[in-house]
Amino acid sequence: MTSEFFIPDPEGLIPSAEGYFGAYGGKFIPEALVAAVDEVAVEYDKAKADPAFAAELNELMVNYTGRPSALTEVPRFAEHAGGARIFLKREDLNHTGSHKINNVLGQALLTKRMGKTRVIAETGAGQHGVATATACALFGLDCTIYMGEIDTQRQALNVARMRMLGAEVVAVKSGSRTLKDAINEAFRDWVANVDRTHYLFGTVAGPHPFPAMVRDFHRVIGVEARRQLLERAGRLPDAAVACVGGGSNAIGLFHAFIPDEGVRLVGCEPAGHGVETGEHAATLTAGEPGILHGSRSYVLQDDEGQITEPYSISAGLDYPGIGPEHSYLKDVGRGEYRAVTDDAAMQALRLLSRTEGIIPAIESAHALAGALELGKELGKDGLILVNLSGRGDKDMDTAARYFGLYDTDAVVEADADSDRAEIEGDAK
Amino acid sequence: MSGNIELLNTTLAAAKAADRAALIAYLPAGFPTVDGGIEAVKAVVAGGADVVEVGLPHSDPVLDGPVIQTADDIALRGGVRIADVMRTVREAYEATGVPILVMTYWNPIDRYGVERFTAELAEAGGAGCILPDLPVQESALWREHADKHGLATVFVVAPSSQDARLATITAAGSGFVYAASLMGVTGTRASVGAQAQELVGRTRATTDLPVCVGLGVSNAAQAAEVAGFADGVIVGSAFVKAMLDAPDEAAGLAAVRSLAGELAEGVRKR
Repeated sequence: MTSEFFIPDPEGLIPSAEGYFGAYGGKFIPEALVAAVDEVAVEYDKAKADPAFAAELNELMVNYTGRPSALTEVPRFAEHAGGARIFLKREDLNHTGSHKINNVLGQALLTKRMGKTRVIAETGAGQHGVATATACALFGLDCTIYMGEIDTQRQALNVARMRMLGAEVVAVKSGSRTLKDAINEAFRDWVANVDRTHYLFGTVAGPHPFPAMVRDFHRVIGVEARRQLLERAGRLPDAAVACVGGGSNAIGLFHAFIPDEGVRLVGCEPAGHGVETGEHAATLTAGEPGILHGSRSYVLQDDEGQITEPYSISAGLDYPGIGPEHSYLKDVGRGEYRAVTDDAAMQALRLLSRTEGIIPAIESAHALAGALELGKELGKDGLILVNLSGRGDKDMDTAARYFGLYDTDAVVEADADSDRAEIEGDAK
Repeated sequence: MSGNIELLNTTLAAAKAADRAALIAYLPAGFPTVDGGIEAVKAVVAGGADVVEVGLPHSDPVLDGPVIQTADDIALRGGVRIADVMRTVREAYEATGVPILVMTYWNPIDRYGVERFTAELAEAGGAGCILPDLPVQESALWREHADKHGLATVFVVAPSSQDARLATITAAGSGFVYAASLMGVTGTRASVGAQAQELVGRTRATTDLPVCVGLGVSNAAQAAEVAGFADGVIVGSAFVKAMLDAPDEAAGLAAVRSLAGELAEGVRKR
């Protein structure tokens, strides 16, 4: 296996110089941020061309993150998927417990190159916040994390981790008090403090160059998995499956497979209580093109362009937007996006835990639920690659309430149901 | 029917001819109610505002501080629609005769349709738009329709804008240039930074358009200070805060009229 882990898109054709993936992307930002966003683009281009940058990032990915991440076959889980073979790309085994560290280390190095001393970031589930706080501790940068107030409650463990790492965590009380509002507040901070602050954006959305740059830092996921699967299974998968909130782990997995026409790229969006209920965050399934957080992409909005409040049991997927490259992949038919309910995801979470001894994040459990469906569609000869984007430790409180696992709960389905109602009541 | 860009131009020229700065007030439509918002516009004009910007509230106002976020939230919870914004512009213009602009984020207009929006705004008597998250390089379609309907396109410049970019922006804009006094979101500030005067100077070097300064101005002394170097003084959060702090709508209307009066004196003390 090669020692190269920073593998930016070799084609360089997409996005365009203006940051467009087909009709999606661009830079819809206030004038006050234009100079800073342009600086990120220029600095990233310089870094891509600098072997010293790649060398430093590669060293970190090996000795700090622990790359390459494992590829694990899960036959007992796959018995529930019509007998198809399923392999998991174990991004949950990275340092900090998710794929987020790939992007964070890249942008943290970029922050140093730009001479900035402070980093801000948004976080939903807290995984990007924890990864960012980790990199700031490692590099001695000041760190402020914006997190929706509801998410600080449902991901309290990650709030404690960020504070342990020395970050300031700001609970955002505006709007739906989830990821969207955390991003709004981070933008407000950036406008006011842009001189010394880098906004370490956590997903493949936002203004150009963030969608392309964050994708490049995550491309390693698919490049590694493709090579590992060819060695282990002797062929490419029929489908590569990932959960989609903003879309960073999904684009990281998909990108290396885009030229492989026989590989279906399947993104699993959060259907919450069901797309038909209106309580969901299935942006590509139910949204329309619009502008949110600096780029044009599919957005959950009303007929007058007001963004509607999303819902998902998963804090990391509870977002009314999506990275522009996913919108492009959907429109050209290369990507398939399906919606997975809270309940299907939670059942998949428990199933993987009990059949394979791996507790996935609720986010990643959406991809697992999608794989269970796909396996039944593909049959016994199917071969499915799933990105296990994060581990589930942070979700144990939500899961314990959902399934009634606490001693104080009567472990009967009726109580589990009322707990579920309570959790969901809190989440709205 | 053509929009009122010419009225905006002559209004700002008249202030300049009188050797004073213009007072430009911002108020969100639908706040505290649609009718209350229309009365608020009339009140600031009665107090002395020369131009009014009517905000089209957005669910995600990333460039606004807590005061305007609160007002937008009240307006949206009240169910404000774009038709209500158009009615606000129409009734405010018909009652006052001053130029009325709309200020909003790009997504509501993108979604509504640029042609539909510009045609309706012109028909309502609007004078133009300020779209702070639509940068000049993404603005060609908007400007085509705004020009066709006689509407000004007011761009925002910031202390971080470099000179070459200022030239590009002012060449594309019309009506006036909105110079952000500082790096930050809307809201009142104890002082308006020295950055504002420097930015106005750099902007003037690129254009003959009037240069008006916004962000942070809340009282007559600040208005007078800014009027010393700018063609117009833009005040938003201070008006909204006066409405929010008032015990009832009548008191709020009296408060914004009184504040407009103080600020109108300020812009004449350059």
